[in-house]
Amino acid sequence: MANATAAQNSHDAHDHPTGWKRYVYSTNHKDIGTMYLIFAIIAGIIGGALSGFMRWELAEPGIQIFPGLASMVYGHEWQSAVALDAGKHMYNVFTTAHGLIMVFFVVMPALIGGYSNWFVPLMIGAPDMAFPRMNNISFWLLPPAFILLLMSMFFEGPPGGMGTGGGWTIYPPLSTSGQPGPAMDFAILSLHVAGASSILGAINFITTIFNMRAPGMTLHKMPLFAWSILVTAFLLLLSLPVLAGAITMLLTDRNFGTTFFEPSGGGDPILFQHLFWFFGHPEVYIMILPGFGIVSHIVSTFSRKPVFGYLAMVYAMVAIGFVGFIVWAHHMYTTGISLDTQRYFVFATMVIAVPTGVKIFSWIATMWGGSIEFRTPMLWAIGFIFLFTVGGVTGVVLANAGADRSLHDTYYVVAHFHYVLSLGAVFAIFAAWYYWYPKMFGYMYNETLGQLHFWVMFIGVNLIFFPQHFLGLNGMPRRYIDYPEAFALWNMVSSIGYLIMALGLVFFFASIIESLMKKRKAADNPWGEGATTLEWTLPSPPPFHQFETLPKVK
Amino acid sequence: MSQRETGVSKLLARLAKITSAISLGLMPTAALAQNGQPEPGAIGLQESVTPIMDATIAFHDGLLMWIITLITIFVTALLIWVMVRYNKRANPTPSKFTHNTLIEIVWTVVPIIILIVIAVPSFGVLSDQMTIPDGERKYLGSNIFSRDAGEVIPEPELTVRVTGHQWYWDYEYPDLNGAFYSSYMLSKEEIAEQKPGQPYLLAVDNELVVPVDTTVRVEVTAGDVLHAFAMPAFGNKTDAVPGRLNETWFHVRKEGLYYGQCSELCGKDHAFMPIAVRVVSKEEFAAWAEIMKAEDDVEAANGTLASL
Repeated sequence: MANATAAQNSHDAHDHPTGWKRYVYSTNHKDIGTMYLIFAIIAGIIGGALSGFMRWELAEPGIQIFPGLASMVYGHEWQSAVALDAGKHMYNVFTTAHGLIMVFFVVMPALIGGYSNWFVPLMIGAPDMAFPRMNNISFWLLPPAFILLLMSMFFEGPPGGMGTGGGWTIYPPLSTSGQPGPAMDFAILSLHVAGASSILGAINFITTIFNMRAPGMTLHKMPLFAWSILVTAFLLLLSLPVLAGAITMLLTDRNFGTTFFEPSGGGDPILFQHLFWFFGHPEVYIMILPGFGIVSHIVSTFSRKPVFGYLAMVYAMVAIGFVGFIVWAHHMYTTGISLDTQRYFVFATMVIAVPTGVKIFSWIATMWGGSIEFRTPMLWAIGFIFLFTVGGVTGVVLANAGADRSLHDTYYVVAHFHYVLSLGAVFAIFAAWYYWYPKMFGYMYNETLGQLHFWVMFIGVNLIFFPQHFLGLNGMPRRYIDYPEAFALWNMVSSIGYLIMALGLVFFFASIIESLMKKRKAADNPWGEGATTLEWTLPSPPPFHQFETLPKVK
Repeated sequence: MSQRETGVSKLLARLAKITSAISLGLMPTAALAQNGQPEPGAIGLQESVTPIMDATIAFHDGLLMWIITLITIFVTALLIWVMVRYNKRANPTPSKFTHNTLIEIVWTVVPIIILIVIAVPSFGVLSDQMTIPDGERKYLGSNIFSRDAGEVIPEPELTVRVTGHQWYWDYEYPDLNGAFYSSYMLSKEEIAEQKPGQPYLLAVDNELVVPVDTTVRVEVTAGDVLHAFAMPAFGNKTDAVPGRLNETWFHVRKEGLYYGQCSELCGKDHAFMPIAVRVVSKEEFAAWAEIMKAEDDVEAANGTLASL
């Protein structure tokens, strides 16, 4: 602690950087957090637009827009067979890019880079992150990674198609011999760089949380959001190197004649799936755990009641994080893994429902007996609990290999993971946005616009994804550009839902513009006695350097 | 003791039967479904024609759907209750409690019990799917809580080898002197010409032909990238992996034409390599097999089959 204070004093000696240097050279956790949030919003617009084209294409049976889109973007002859093939591939490129962008460039930067950078130091009473310069490079690795991914769309993937269309799971051989062009190499490099960014960020958070808590703040007194980030950072640190290894092997298989995943050389495509999901399953908890932390704070704040069962909440997250590492092959029930392997993964996966249930019920118990105020962040948090429950119970269905045999790789899975991610993680992101907006930017948002944003989006996303359960049960496979007539009705409903959700986003941007124009000064603590964490003891926005005298926690 | 156990399992079996009957009633589209293909506006699983899909439906519609629906309703009811009872107006002074050991034990133990109730039939259904019949083992069918009530399924009498390619399927019959043919999707024009009335994106030129009431062993592999052999009405989905031979099986009880679709992303025409299985009477199959064995001419052999 003494060191941190000393570092703080030396900081006072130099000037506050201004202009572009303030951001490009930034070592300030709040500025870096803001940059992460802006980055996530920009990537979110791109990733969301990609899914808009997909829902447009899928609104009716038949191939509608993608051949034309391919003609426009890549200059193929209008309505030719070449354009049709390029369009079919382009659809796969869009599903792939949508997945990768939303995971690596929207949800993770928003929750981990954005809110965690901003609020982990504030909540634990630290002046900044442990490694401020590393924090800078963590952020500045992301834009090049994103640009690499976007560039991949303009290089050849398979013969006759531009970009990589192997899905976000990039399974070989489709990602090796199936797409020999350089697009896939760009995507792999993008993931390497984004992964390095995340690993550095994770190291920073672990070090900060372990070493820079204010005097008196023991781990068991630490706010739940900081706990959620601690668990998340460990998941990142342990899982991302496995992805890095897997995609490096993919890269050498593609370019240097190795055969890790190539059966003709003694390799095995299934090995890649094991490695990918050893990363990929913790990854989904990486995306949702910070949301758990955020929702706990918001529910407690607006119920004006302390979090129910704090220690159970902490260890439920630790348990989810741990078990999250030993369930990966539930993504692979149909690959031909043995009966005993499937039995184990069914059992382990169902175990996760227990700590998750503890969290859901503890949130409700936090509200129970409270004095609930339905401000915008609280609406998003309650929406999160409901939607996460729906996504959670369909997860229990899919955990059973016997049922998953029918549902694997259908729209049921798409509905399930969008309920926990697009509706779970994204609702947590918006909940946190409205909850911390006054603190981060110093202005109050417009309550009416915030609530309209919530309601329109709540209706929209449910309309998009609930009917997809029906499509999946009836057998519609995912990643399909065209489908039999029988699936027309629910696809149309789903596409209408997308339009409603897009309208909801109009209110989101309107609320930002409105608040920046009206400049209603936010109080230090706009939420009242329920908001008890340290960030609310600081001015809104907090000073460039805070806690120059470390706060004491009782 | 053992008598009591069978009593319990009988009761559970009966419950599962009743609930699956009710849930079928709730899903009229599924009940009326034409076999072997998706139905417009349907909200449930496709109708079953195999013991494996019977078990899947009994498990999903008869047990899982009820549990997850009740849990969702329960959580929603709790949320609505706290929002009504404990909002700022109804309850201006919040209480400060943060612990209640009893309730915490309850909400840990009750989910564990629910999961065990799910796990018991789950493991049964899974084991059935993954075990090739030996002519003695009993399969659960709709009675997912009681293997005693299940049916014995005969040993496989026919083996077919299915190979996924970009973007078509190869079918090979090792038992019929290695008879072999490929199966491609038909365009809308080809359907109108050759197989009027069949659904676009599902209809193919040469279906996989198998006999009814026969256990068929299926060996699935791929020639280039990953594919997946999926037949919703059979409750079957098996990945086609280059360099691997994945073994699965089905035993269809009803003649007809059944459709499935490739279920593992395989490139630009992933959506355009459907699977069609034509289940014919044993006599018809014998005649078909005769020609395949002698001439390996799928068009000639298909000519012997009754028109659909």
